[in-house]
Amino acid sequence: MSATPWLLEVRNLRKAFPIRRGWNRKIVGAVSAVDDVSFTIREGETLGLVGESGCGKTTTARCILRAMSPTSGEILFRAADGRVVDLAPLSRAELRPLRPQIQMIFQDPFGSLNPRMTVFDNVGEPLLVNGLRDRRARLDRVAELLELTGLRPEHMHRFPHAFSGGQRQRIGIARALSTGPRLVVADEPVSALDVSVQAQVLNLLLELQTRLRLTLLFVAHDLSVVKHISDRVAVMYVGRLVEIAAADGVFRRPRHPYTAALLRAVPVPDPHAPSRDVALSGEVANPANPPSGCYFHPRCPFAIEVCRNQTPPIREIETGHLVRCHRADELALTGIDG
Amino acid sequence: MTEPVLQVEDLQVHFFLDEGLVRAVDGVSFDVHPGQVVGIVGESGCGKSVAMKAILQIVEPPGRIVGGRIRFQQHSGTIVDLTRLSATNAELRAIRGAEIALIPQEPMAAFSPVHSVGEQIIEALRLHERQWRPSGPRLSKTEARAMTVELFRSVGISMPHERVDAYSWQLSGGLRQRAMIAMALSCRPRLLIADEPTTAIDVTTQAQILNLLRDLHRRHGTAIIFITHDLGVIAQMAHYVVVMYLGRVMEQGPVEEIFHAPKHPYTRALLRSIPSVNVAPRTLLPTIAGSIPHPLGRPRGCPFHPRCPDAISGLCADRVPALRPVGPTQLASCFLYNRDEAVEP
Repeated sequence: MSATPWLLEVRNLRKAFPIRRGWNRKIVGAVSAVDDVSFTIREGETLGLVGESGCGKTTTARCILRAMSPTSGEILFRAADGRVVDLAPLSRAELRPLRPQIQMIFQDPFGSLNPRMTVFDNVGEPLLVNGLRDRRARLDRVAELLELTGLRPEHMHRFPHAFSGGQRQRIGIARALSTGPRLVVADEPVSALDVSVQAQVLNLLLELQTRLRLTLLFVAHDLSVVKHISDRVAVMYVGRLVEIAAADGVFRRPRHPYTAALLRAVPVPDPHAPSRDVALSGEVANPANPPSGCYFHPRCPFAIEVCRNQTPPIREIETGHLVRCHRADELALTGIDG
Repeated sequence: MTEPVLQVEDLQVHFFLDEGLVRAVDGVSFDVHPGQVVGIVGESGCGKSVAMKAILQIVEPPGRIVGGRIRFQQHSGTIVDLTRLSATNAELRAIRGAEIALIPQEPMAAFSPVHSVGEQIIEALRLHERQWRPSGPRLSKTEARAMTVELFRSVGISMPHERVDAYSWQLSGGLRQRAMIAMALSCRPRLLIADEPTTAIDVTTQAQILNLLRDLHRRHGTAIIFITHDLGVIAQMAHYVVVMYLGRVMEQGPVEEIFHAPKHPYTRALLRSIPSVNVAPRTLLPTIAGSIPHPLGRPRGCPFHPRCPDAISGLCADRVPALRPVGPTQLASCFLYNRDEAVEP
């Protein structure tokens, strides 16, 4: 196998939310937001996690960050000292020393910075919390971080409102990097930004990643954005992982009908592009009441009897290309070059 | 050439804030011909939504239309200047909903949650009856309901008989947007304004809705103004494209020219900076330097000059270029093409 070891290994992750009804808030069912999700991320790699709303991509990210506790499964993380820890069962206190190693970049650059704190305080707070008491040292470190993310260090005593959306997202990135994390989880980090600014932030993430050898879990709904940043791509549908492979493989030669349909649905910015038929009818299944068998079968143009009755296992169809589809071997799906 | 359904001429909408004056729309002109889909594209703060609100006369104070004309040709053939009508004017209320319909971005917010979607469409049909059916007996509730079911069927809502009685919050995002489209089309408008109609929807559902809109457009030939920030959607939908930046039109022309022969540096840079699924993974994107200025800190001269790679020193920073032809059908406001054509300060 490859020389770089994995940094994160998620095994059979599940997260179910109870559905409560009535005056006594009785539990009447459960929504499986994340259902048996397994993947690894190697050191220095970017894994793009894509899917439509409600597919469980954000819940997966939050479980890894342990912003919520998974229902079952393991989240194995290789800590800086070489130990492998399972994050899933840890208590708040046990997680504390590991927190600086796993950081997050948020979606909304307007909601994720404290408007009553200066940039210095926003970016420097993780440092203070983690024991860097010396203000001088903090000032130096924040200046360094701002420079790293393309901001002017002399602006660090300004408040967030003085910055544009793109600049605020850079501040958020500086804050995420302040503790020197080994794993950064970015949940839709550019979806709130305008096109002209989005490109800058994507480039910044790419550059930082190469420079700092960051490992990145990049959660997004936009396939073209994911393609620009990811080494490997994982596609989720109604809580389940349906396909995971090298980015080029997923885009050029998708093996799951859902992935192929997603690719076809992206509007191409070229009026000469042949208008493609929309293969998918219907809408995303309700995770509280999912269909039988393969969750995708009611919308799948290739569904046969077995798809309705049996849940397909996720299996390796070629080296490094995993897919959850009964018919993956027989289907010749076209990717974006097809 | 047929007469345009809508002619926007030098439209100016300003917001009078305590902090200062925001020129949200600052001299925008374009025509919409019958059966044409005009795309208005731009990033946040470019004024695309305010321009749409001005057409419908729903600009909220402290915003006000301070100049220009919006000439609309009614079913009857008479041409009215919408800017001359007050927002509560009966004539305008007869136009809104009946002759100009809106598909908003968030159908959840647009439907009333305490009335079924059917009731709301039936109400619109009966209210505007004399606009879409100048003669004939008054429309009964039963007839209006039957028409609504038919409308639902035409926009691809399954089980239309049951869905007519559904409330907006019982429908999924895609169905809700379909119901909204049914409502917008109910009175057979001459002009449809779609304001980011698929932004709040997932990509596979978006593809369905865009297909539906294309199909309905083919069948009815309604003129559409399609507002979006998504250049991919514009390329697939529009015949004619207006590119806006900070309240001004940077460039406009037929869709092929905008995408294959863009003239304005902003259009060029914008097209280059879109992430594409057709590139190799992990490639750097060409970017536009800097960020969109705050509306109150709008630069002097050409609004794009501080970020423009081709800015001409001593010219672009001082004077505002006028929108002038740069080809047989394409217009751009840029001194690279017309050095002497500046807007009066």
